[in-house]
Amino acid sequence: MDIATQAIEGGFADPVFDAQTVFRAVMDAMARPGTLQPLPVFARPPAPLSATAGAIALALCDNDTPLWLDPALQAPATVRSWLGFHTGAPLANTPADAHFALIATPAEMMALDGFSQGTQDYPDRSTTLILEVSDLVSGAPLLLEGPGIEKTATIAPAQMPRHFVEQWKQNNQRFPRGIDIILATSDAIACLPRTTRIKIMEA
Amino acid sequence: MTDIATYNFAYLDEQTKRMIRRAILKGIAIPGYQVPFASREMPMPYGWGTGGVQVTASIIGPDDVLKVIDQGADDTTNAVSIRAFFKKVANVAVTTETAKATIIQTRHRIPEYPLSAGQVLVYQVPIPEPLRFLEPRETETRKMHALEEYGLMHVKLYEDIARHGRIATTYAYPVKVEGRYVMDPSPTPKFDNPKMHRSPALQLFGAGREKRIYALPPFTDVVSLDFEDHPFEVQTFDQPCALCAAENVYLDEVILDDHGGHMFVCSDTDHCEKRRAEGHRGHLAPETPLAQEKTEPAQ
Repeated sequence: MDIATQAIEGGFADPVFDAQTVFRAVMDAMARPGTLQPLPVFARPPAPLSATAGAIALALCDNDTPLWLDPALQAPATVRSWLGFHTGAPLANTPADAHFALIATPAEMMALDGFSQGTQDYPDRSTTLILEVSDLVSGAPLLLEGPGIEKTATIAPAQMPRHFVEQWKQNNQRFPRGIDIILATSDAIACLPRTTRIKIMEA
Repeated sequence: MTDIATYNFAYLDEQTKRMIRRAILKGIAIPGYQVPFASREMPMPYGWGTGGVQVTASIIGPDDVLKVIDQGADDTTNAVSIRAFFKKVANVAVTTETAKATIIQTRHRIPEYPLSAGQVLVYQVPIPEPLRFLEPRETETRKMHALEEYGLMHVKLYEDIARHGRIATTYAYPVKVEGRYVMDPSPTPKFDNPKMHRSPALQLFGAGREKRIYALPPFTDVVSLDFEDHPFEVQTFDQPCALCAAENVYLDEVILDDHGGHMFVCSDTDHCEKRRAEGHRGHLAPETPLAQEKTEPAQ
C-alpha cells in the first residue's frame, strides 16, 4: 500500500457519532481519573500510531490545534500524512507550542515540563499529552486521589515516563498550570488531569 | 431521521463541537476555572441558555436521555423549547424524570432527587464571573483569579453583615472549588449549594453570551464562602409544599388571587408530581389525580 493510500484510509467510518463516542469516553475518563473507559476500535491509523490514540486525535484535533509527535511517530511519513489528511492539524515546531502531543514510546519521552504549562492567567493554554501504553495493569501501581475520585483509585500503566511520580508531583505543584495526560491502550483509555495526586507508589 | 437531515446531528457543526469539547476537557482538568470558548450564535437569543445548549449539543449522543428544567420546572417555556430543540435536531429520548436522564440541562436549580454517577448536569449561566459586580474589568478579574486574590469577595460578604446583620446573598452564592478558584454556581438559590459539594454527577457550566465554560468533576470539594461567626446557611421554609407536603425542599411562592392569597409549592415539578403519585397530599392539593408527562423515546 503506498503512502497516499495509507494517509487516506482508516479514518472514522461515521465521523459525527464516532467522534462523539470517543469524546464521551475521554470526558468520562477525565472526570473520573483512574477509571478505565472501554473504547472499541474506530480508527486504523498507520503504525506506530495506535488505533486508540489515533481515534482521540481524530475526535479532538483540527487546524486550531498544533500537534507534537514524539520521535517514533515523527519518523514515518505515513503517520504525519494520515494526521494531516484527517485532522488538518499543523505540526508544532516545539513541544511548548503544541496543544496536543502524541507519544508512542512514553518510556523514552522528554520531561513533562518541556511541554506548554499554560500561564497563571490562562492555565487552559497547556499541552494535553496522549500517551500510548500497552495496558493499565502491569506497570507500577499508582494510588490516585483528587477531584473525580471518591476515595482513592489505582491504575498501573505500563511503560510510563522515567521518574514519573516525581515529575507528576512537580506538575501538581504548578497548579493551576500544568499538563493533562490521556493514557491510551489498545481498547481503553484513562486520564490523569493535573488535579490528580499520586499518593504513594506501592512496591 | 429524514426531517433532521438538513442539520448536522445536534445542530452544531463538527469543528464547533471539537472546540467546545476541548474547552470542556480543560474545564474538568481545572475545576472552577472559566475556560474561554468561541461561543456561537444559536437559534435562540442570548440569555435563553445558549451556553448550556452548546455544551449539551457537544456532549449529547443518540443513546442519551435528556431532561431540561427551568427553575426546577419541566413545563415552563425555556425548558419546553430547549427540550423540543434537541428532540428535533438530535432526535434523542427526552424525559421529565430525574433518575432516568443521562443529561440534565438546568436553568438555576439542581433537582431534589439525588443525582447519580454517570449523569451530567449542564447549567445555563448568565454571568460566569463571580467578581464581575465587584470589579468590571476582565483584565483585573483574570489577575485576581491568577493570584488567588479573593479578599474583595469577603469584603462584599462582610458588608452584607454590616448592613443586614447576616450574609444577604441568596442566589449565585460564591463557592470555593478544591480550595483554589472562587466560582459562581450560576443563579441557583443558595439552598442548592450543598448539593454541588462532592456530587457523584459531573457538572458542566456554559455561559453563551460571556463565552465561558467551566466544570466540576464528581466528588469535588465545593465550599460556600462564609465567616467563622457567620457560617453559611441555606434557606428554610416554615411550611411544607402545599401540593405534596414535602419538607426540606426548595419552595416557590405562587400567587393565587389579587386578595393576597398565595401558596408555597415545590420548585422541582418532577419531585412534586412523583410524591403526589405516591399519595402524599398537601393542604391545597386537588382531588383529581394529575396526568403525568413521561419519557418520550426517540422516533
